[in-house]
Amino acid sequence: MTNQIPPKPKKQSTFVKRMLIAIVLIAIYTWTIASAQARIDWGKIFSIRTVENFDRIIPKFFDPAFAETGTIMEKMIETIFIAYTGSLAAAVIAVPIAFLCASNIVRNKFLNNVGLWILGAVRAFPEIILAIIFVAAVGPNPFAGVLAIAIGSTGMLGKLYSEVIEGIDMHVVEALEASGANKTQIFFYGIMPQVLPEFLSYAIYRFEIDVRASSVLGIVGAGGIGTLITFAYLNRNWEEVGMILLAIIVVVTIIDQISGYIRRRLV
Amino acid sequence: MTNNSRKFIPTSLYPAKTKRIITVSLIFVIGFYLVSSITTESFIINFILKASNITDLIARFFPPDWGYVSNVWGKLFETIHMAIIATTIATLVSIPFTLLTAQNITTNKVLYNFMRFLLNIIRTIPDIILAVVFVGLFGIGMFSGIIALIIFSIGILVKLMSEIIEAIDMNPSEAIKASGGNTIQTIWYAVVPQVLPQFISFSLYVFEINIRASVVLGLVGAGGIGQLINKEINFLNYPAVSTIVLIIFAVVVVIDYISGKLREGIL
Repeated sequence: MTNQIPPKPKKQSTFVKRMLIAIVLIAIYTWTIASAQARIDWGKIFSIRTVENFDRIIPKFFDPAFAETGTIMEKMIETIFIAYTGSLAAAVIAVPIAFLCASNIVRNKFLNNVGLWILGAVRAFPEIILAIIFVAAVGPNPFAGVLAIAIGSTGMLGKLYSEVIEGIDMHVVEALEASGANKTQIFFYGIMPQVLPEFLSYAIYRFEIDVRASSVLGIVGAGGIGTLITFAYLNRNWEEVGMILLAIIVVVTIIDQISGYIRRRLV
Repeated sequence: MTNNSRKFIPTSLYPAKTKRIITVSLIFVIGFYLVSSITTESFIINFILKASNITDLIARFFPPDWGYVSNVWGKLFETIHMAIIATTIATLVSIPFTLLTAQNITTNKVLYNFMRFLLNIIRTIPDIILAVVFVGLFGIGMFSGIIALIIFSIGILVKLMSEIIEAIDMNPSEAIKASGGNTIQTIWYAVVPQVLPQFISFSLYVFEINIRASVVLGLVGAGGIGQLINKEINFLNYPAVSTIVLIIFAVVVVIDYISGKLREGIL
């Protein structure tokens, strides 16, 4: 009897909690499935037309239009330029905002929260929605794409930067203060050396994401390879869609490899 | 004497080689910025030149057309339902793929590398392009969007989860194998309990991503609120667009908040 395992404590509250979760989940899924059932026309999806579409479209993806390589690469380079300009701008704009959000630098709860709110609000907008707004503002050109990427990336980079700043070793800063360094000196000798490698690493990581993001911004007219996707898609030119897809996959993979290499060296 | 005193004065904080590398990379970064910003017409000057457009933009988008709100609900719920269905299916489908891409579970090198390669390629394809392809195959509507989201989220989930599985403690698994458990039993009793909290947490995270993604898939006809945005932009009905954008913003913030709280509770 001495070896008896103590009985598992059974809590009434756990049971109630689990039942509540189950009920909420069942309600959500019933609602979802009912709505999907009403909206999806199964007869149309599993029809002979879909099979024909498969026969017509899928082979074309594996026969990309290599003749278009020139135009596509030109637009792909524009895409990279948009991503680069946007993420570099964001990498710079995010620094002051991140310092505003870091509670160990700006010792004012209110200002910290204001900064975090701004960043959170920016992050809630999908990039393509930002692009729609900026296309309406500055017209359908790459500049709108750059603005969308810059603003969208600032949201994420500011958050990551501020977390890096909050994680620094404050002893260094204290030591500098104690030996009479002024604010500028503390900033350049106490804080920057600790945060710079991670700032750069995050900025490069964000550039990877931005290349992906900017490749679709053209769908709403913000420049880059997305413009070609819209044309190819509207003309049912699936060979060209296949070629664009191939170009995106190759370029994104190469950029990921390069940036991964640089980031490993940095941190 | 001069020689002797010079020994104690460090010439610089950083060695000459580091300085050289930093200079070269800075020149490269700035040079590439100049090239890309000038080709995309987004040099710093352009920001100042186009600043006047901002007032124009505000005049165009504000005030939002609140009467339009009643038209939004149907498509908004469609968006949320797309995200729920896609996340659920993707979570279930990703489980076998996750096990196949975890190096400590799949000991077959060829299979492991093949799965890695496949998933890396899937991850490079932007969600909207997947939607374009599936809209071509299945026609306009919610179904194409769901399929696009499923494939998109499998890419993310498998990547995140296989890293978690690779980091688990292998001792329980060895113990179960030693006492005669088969593969299924090993996975069920040794792997699942260790990764379940993270698995649920990542699923919620992917749900957040899917909400953002499903908002924009409608731009290419794959169902959801993006279809409305597309329509109103084509009619240049900007007050309605700003209503939709504000509603999307609110929904994204609320869902992020709920899912963030749930994830905090789980981990």
